[in-house]
Amino acid sequence: MTERVVVVGGGTGGTVLANDLADRLGSEIDGGDVEVTLVNDSPDHVYKPVWLYVAFGQREPADGRRPLTELVDDRVDVQVDRVTDIDTDAQSLRTRERAEPMAYDHLVLATGSTLAPDEIPGLEAGGHDYYSESGAQALREELLSFTEGHLVLSVIGSPHMCPAAPLEFVFMADDWFRERGLREDVDITYTYPIQRVHGNPHIAEWARPLMDERDIDVETFFNAESVDPAERTLTSMEGSDVEYDLLVGIPPHRGIDLVEDAGLGDNGWVDVDKHTLEAEGAENVYALGDTAETGVPKAGSVAHYQAGVVGQRLASKIRGRPATERYDGKTLCFIETGMDAASFVEFDYENPPSPAPPSQKLHWSKLAYNESYWLTARGLL
Amino acid sequence: MTETDIEPDATVDARGAACPGPLMDLIGKMRDVDSGAVVELLSDNEQSLTDVEEWTHEAGNELLAVEEPDDHYAFYVEKA
Repeated sequence: MTERVVVVGGGTGGTVLANDLADRLGSEIDGGDVEVTLVNDSPDHVYKPVWLYVAFGQREPADGRRPLTELVDDRVDVQVDRVTDIDTDAQSLRTRERAEPMAYDHLVLATGSTLAPDEIPGLEAGGHDYYSESGAQALREELLSFTEGHLVLSVIGSPHMCPAAPLEFVFMADDWFRERGLREDVDITYTYPIQRVHGNPHIAEWARPLMDERDIDVETFFNAESVDPAERTLTSMEGSDVEYDLLVGIPPHRGIDLVEDAGLGDNGWVDVDKHTLEAEGAENVYALGDTAETGVPKAGSVAHYQAGVVGQRLASKIRGRPATERYDGKTLCFIETGMDAASFVEFDYENPPSPAPPSQKLHWSKLAYNESYWLTARGLL
Repeated sequence: MTETDIEPDATVDARGAACPGPLMDLIGKMRDVDSGAVVELLSDNEQSLTDVEEWTHEAGNELLAVEEPDDHYAFYVEKA
């Protein structure tokens, strides 16, 4: 009897996991005892961190795209298709392209985050973002012609992908305008939903003095409720207004609707055991990366480490052995603090982050990792 | 705290979520409800005791009560 593993989502988590399973279960796959299928609704794998650099003209969107078939082991069946229904009782999926249901013995949901700017009236018309390929390209055009005025970065949705990226954006913008002799003509304001500048208090405590030094204005307890594109005003639930000339918003994020439809969690995030990553609402279902509701950041490093945990647990289960690997909350993140300096944090469920002093060496380390990321996607790094 | 007889219009169960998850979940729900509605937030995070009070004050909402049944807190916030 062939054990069928279906991984939904070809982002970092799904791709690393597919390659991990191909490596761990290679002989079983070759022998026909295990099938690993990766379903993604696009033929390409996308490395989203590139978009931050696209906005500043440092990279091109193509730098963040590679065909999945180039990255994934040949033993994995890559299917370009979109899942339209998850039936956890029957252990089957419906997809857009298949007439018959796709049965699974083990399902892994790595469907990631989607943007929901429409939840904030006026945001799509009045704001820009760098959390999508098209958004980063449009923002690049705006930034290139922006020589004076008020640049506002507003963190609207939380949780959102890469929690450090909003801080990185304002630090990079400050440096970018400063190097071009425009900083005195550009005011920068950063708004955040809670009473500090980042969800993690240790990162917030580190970042705030840097923002003060760089003359980056801060508005906390600011939860954007609506945008008036004609008046160029952003209004918060707390009743305050911010006027802008260029608005960069971190839009609300959601998972896919199928998760909620399948009773696996709210807002598209799957409720999981935060150590085993097994879904709480169904048997033989796992979630990882942005999709898993673990309380850790929605970041590529998280998806990467979680993929290793799920890979080991699935391989053990298929071989009838106890699964021993547990996710400990490990998160790793470089934080750009300008155009040529960066910090670095590493933390887990038990140990808080302690940001490293910004240095050029860490900046180059981040750029080097961006290049070597493709080895991560292939399961080699 | 004593038990209240407040009937919430919506409940957010953020037990198990790390800071600032419970407050963000509350803010998300407050976006969805109408003025005058009462949202109940369940949290087992100590930080919520200060986070929720500070935000409700800042946003002009009213923290009607905080209960501590069993091993978590229950916050009742009325939207202004």
